[in-house]
Amino acid sequence: MTTGRWERAAGRVVLLVLVFVTLVPFADLFVTALHPPGTYPPGLTWPRDPHWSNFATAFRSAEVAEVLASSGLIALGVVPLTLALAAPAGYALGHLRFTGHRAVFGLFAVGLVLPLEAVVTPLYHQMRDLGLLDTRSGLVVALVAVHLPFAVFWLRAHFAGVPPELTDSARLDGAGPWQVFRLVHLPLARPATSSLAVLLLVWTWNHFLLAIVLVDDPVRRTAAGALGAFQGRWGTDVPLLCAGALSLITPLLAVLALLYRRHR
Amino acid sequence: MRWRRVGWLFVLPALAVYAVFVLRPLALTAQYSLYRWDGVGPSTWVGLANYREVLTDPDLYGAIGHALVLVVFFTGLPVPLGLLAAAVIRRTATRPVRAVLLLPQAVPLVAAGIAWSLLLSSTGAVNRLLDVVGLGGAARAWFGDSSTALAAVGVVGAWVLLGLCTTLLLVGAERIDPALYEAARLDGAGPWAEFRAVTLPGVRRELWVCVAVTAIAALASFDIVYVTTRGGPGDATSVPGFEVFSLAFAQREVGLASALAVVLVVPALAAVAPALRWSR
Repeated sequence: MTTGRWERAAGRVVLLVLVFVTLVPFADLFVTALHPPGTYPPGLTWPRDPHWSNFATAFRSAEVAEVLASSGLIALGVVPLTLALAAPAGYALGHLRFTGHRAVFGLFAVGLVLPLEAVVTPLYHQMRDLGLLDTRSGLVVALVAVHLPFAVFWLRAHFAGVPPELTDSARLDGAGPWQVFRLVHLPLARPATSSLAVLLLVWTWNHFLLAIVLVDDPVRRTAAGALGAFQGRWGTDVPLLCAGALSLITPLLAVLALLYRRHR
Repeated sequence: MRWRRVGWLFVLPALAVYAVFVLRPLALTAQYSLYRWDGVGPSTWVGLANYREVLTDPDLYGAIGHALVLVVFFTGLPVPLGLLAAAVIRRTATRPVRAVLLLPQAVPLVAAGIAWSLLLSSTGAVNRLLDVVGLGGAARAWFGDSSTALAAVGVVGAWVLLGLCTTLLLVGAERIDPALYEAARLDGAGPWAEFRAVTLPGVRRELWVCVAVTAIAALASFDIVYVTTRGGPGDATSVPGFEVFSLAFAQREVGLASALAVVLVVPALAAVAPALRWSR
């Protein structure tokens, strides 16, 4: 294929600009985190005497270890539960296409575009009545429910693409609907479910609104919710705030980098 | 037939959780919107009075106006720029570059807000750059100046969504049959004609997904405003998401908050119809 030299050069320049614009805010967070605590450092300057100890201070005052454990626990609930509920549902909607599947899918489609603000107030009262306010289990259930529409949508698209002959031959061998799903379709859905699991992990870790509404104690929230509280308390100490923000976002980035390397 | 009905058993658990924790609250929001209620005491039926207040109180319809301005930033910037970028870097974007482009999607919006508060502060990198190029007179605390604060929030959203749009459109552009580009070249098409005739029609589906996702992100925006401006200065950056939150939980005006939330849902639901169409 012929590609003009100019076109290639333009591609490189655009690429460079994009990468630069994407990375500058992270770079600013990082260099600001190294300035003396309590100062208002000018933007994007390397400090004369880098205060690496800010990270240790922020780690303690933001209770980073506890928050990471909390986010991990919440994700450990949200990801498997969402997959366990969405996989059979996606299979039924995409493959079994039972009577009424369109109406059910329409209901889930509403949740796909619904601004969370439209459910957050009654959800708060409902969790209070159930005694699940200020608990991780309450937050897990709420996050599962709000992520279900996308998960169902995603897996339905996968199961809709599976050739019906697969089911037919398994049925001839005498397998029931559940067995066909467990033994034939679920193993084949591995790529779709694992990429969905990564998305759910990221969205759970970074979820903010429900975390701050349903859970008061920052150490029982997601990382994003805890960062919001940390900003409220330490917002005036800019270098410390930056160090705290970086400590709360890098663990997930490290996990994603590992997954990325294993997934060549 | 057994296999047709058994499908219901497969969706039932997911449907039940979704109905109890999303659909029921949604219906309750619609119900609350017709009452005056402080969230604890008794409630009084007020009919459509809350809606009348949403549409006549400048603070509330102003917030809706701000959300529409944010759509211009959240959708109007990243979608065309992402399309342009995807068309140009189609052949040069390596795997690590794509990972970098998705980085803003992997961090909380709260962190993005904190980083951009640094960049756009009075002594931040943006003002220093303006100084260097001789535009120091325009320097200001971008989030603190009521004439620029909303645009500053919009820029943060555009930054978060640009990589996502570029990536989605790149995926779409890669599915285009290379033979189409060959044919366009043989017909003597330049880069612009090629873009109009091959790339643009080829990514139409992804384009609509980008528009829907970014517009909903703008209408429902909360996190960025919460962390950068809390609706201020004054109410320069008040948006429906933040107003619903503060009305319901700080000012104890649950009915009014619910009416505003319902108004917010209407344009979002308008996006359902196309979503259902793509899924066929």
